[in-house]
Amino acid sequence: MALPKRIIKETERLVSDPVPGITAVPHDDNLRYFDVTVDGPSQSPYEGGVFKLELFLPEEYPMVAPKVRFLTKIYHPNIDKLGRICLDVLKTNWSPALQIRTILLSVQALLGAPNPDDPLANDVAQRWKEDERAAISTAREWTKNYAHDAA
Amino acid sequence: MSDASDDFDDYDQGSEFDFDEESFGGSDYGDNEGFEEVKPESTKLKAYEVEHEVLSTAGIQQRQDSQIGQVAAILGLSRESVMVLLLYFKWNNDRLLEQYTEDPEVVLKKAGISADDDSNKKEYKIMSVVGFMCDICCEDRQGLETFALECDHRFCLDCYKQYVTQKIVDEGESRNIQCPGDSCSLVVNNEGIKLIVEDRVYKRYLTLLNRTFVQDHEHLRWCPAPNCEYAIRCDDVSAKDLKTVVPTVQCACGHRFCFGCGLSDHQPCICILVKKWIKKCEDDSETANWISANTKECPKCMATIEKNGGCNHMTCRKCKYEFCWICIGSWAEHGTSWYNCSRYDEKSGVEARDNQAKSRASLERYLHYYNRYANHEQSAKLDKDLYLRTEKKMTQLQSTSGMSWIEVQYLAQASAVLQQCRQTLKWTYAFAFYLEQNNQTHLFEDNQKDLEMAVEQLSELFEKPIQELAGLKVTVMDKTAYVNNRRQILLEDTAKGLHEGRWRYQVELK
Repeated sequence: MALPKRIIKETERLVSDPVPGITAVPHDDNLRYFDVTVDGPSQSPYEGGVFKLELFLPEEYPMVAPKVRFLTKIYHPNIDKLGRICLDVLKTNWSPALQIRTILLSVQALLGAPNPDDPLANDVAQRWKEDERAAISTAREWTKNYAHDAA
Repeated sequence: MSDASDDFDDYDQGSEFDFDEESFGGSDYGDNEGFEEVKPESTKLKAYEVEHEVLSTAGIQQRQDSQIGQVAAILGLSRESVMVLLLYFKWNNDRLLEQYTEDPEVVLKKAGISADDDSNKKEYKIMSVVGFMCDICCEDRQGLETFALECDHRFCLDCYKQYVTQKIVDEGESRNIQCPGDSCSLVVNNEGIKLIVEDRVYKRYLTLLNRTFVQDHEHLRWCPAPNCEYAIRCDDVSAKDLKTVVPTVQCACGHRFCFGCGLSDHQPCICILVKKWIKKCEDDSETANWISANTKECPKCMATIEKNGGCNHMTCRKCKYEFCWICIGSWAEHGTSWYNCSRYDEKSGVEARDNQAKSRASLERYLHYYNRYANHEQSAKLDKDLYLRTEKKMTQLQSTSGMSWIEVQYLAQASAVLQQCRQTLKWTYAFAFYLEQNNQTHLFEDNQKDLEMAVEQLSELFEKPIQELAGLKVTVMDKTAYVNNRRQILLEDTAKGLHEGRWRYQVELK
């Protein structure tokens, strides 16, 4: 099946005008499947880490949101063990006017601003609320252990 | 049928006991032809009835329109905007008006209406724009049709249509279809949707609107019968009245149900007790039966114990009390006569058996009511089957006896009354289970007994062979009227009792 114009344009633009700190490369055999990397934002416990994600554009895209998942292990209250992400624009607040690049920017922003009040990983969120310093240091440690040999 | 029974409405509670079956059964049905004179009374509601109205789809639509028109006149906004506002406020006029008068701008914004709405309102238009590229599909060919709301988030018509169609058809959304633009909360209103989507989808949208309209309204409820499309309006009953009324309504499809909880007709039992009862039955009935048959309670801590083998020297696992399974007395009193209990009169044994009896009695009491409740449920099914079989035979009878279709309808009526009475009786048992024992309750139980006897007699008539049944037409009709009358007396009295707060319950109503 032919790839919709929208996806072709988006892919082209991701290559020609890349977003700083983010890469998204489609697979040769499936142009709807992207290998993604996101740099941890500065002044966050994820700083210095490079996180691998996968992104898939479903048949109905852009009427429905892309599916995004972390592949790199990460200690974050809104991302669970399987790498699933709790982010409004990926769910209810998805708008067809949003794009791959805007979504990935939102993901990056989520790393800079964890929200333990709307948790996906309950244990992490609880620790985050009870002892933020310890939680942040664990996040930093995980970043060092799992997000450094990437890229 | 209901007309015939109106004859007996003049009965008051005091004299009803003088009434015996003779005087009633003996009266020729033909005498009842004089019912015209009491007819005006039949339009008056009985104590157990509530005023209600059946609304068809068109009727619901009409009520929606009139509510929109009314609010539009007050606020001076367009009908489209008022509809969005009402959807946002779940069709609650008062809340809308109150908040709107306080701060119209905030309310408009929250509901998703552009603030400069009505003053310089442009009509929605599908148009093509030079040099336009759709942000959704990236199409940019010339003459591309596009659409946008007041927010000017413009997309091509195809994408807009696909987006709105998906919201309506796949997600079943009608209340809050927002502009597809990123974080724009403007709502696509009725006018916009009609302009964009296909007729088929627009119809679906209207259906969904009707659905939310009924769901949101406190005084509207869908008829729960399968495939029924009617809604019921009942203005007089609100949730806080349900302790004193059983608002039973009848839909145009024939289904009778409770407006308060949506369950099938459960008069005379109030909703709260119905819920308690159903829960109790789900939890307890089978278990209680088994416990009653197979266990005894530890005389000390009342833990329920099943004896699954071994000797009669029991040691309660919970409180370590030692007792004899046969006499329930303390084992210590048995001395050396182990494994062979012949001691009946020891003190501890007698006391223990008393306690045991009490706990058994409460179980037995529940089972008493439950069995009768379940029995009527079962009997109603059997009666119905029997009627269906009889009906078949009746059709044959018509051809042999020359009776017309109209003439055999008395059986259908009798069957319907029987069904209804069994339904009522069923719930009288649930109701009685929760009633305290006092004089009022005794009166209730008398009424219940009278109805039950009448019902069983009518039910018995049904079982007669078909040849005999044809000759019993008058008897069946008389009995039907009598049974129905007994039902009305019972319901009337219970409803009055509810209203007057005459009933005392064994449980707290919450």
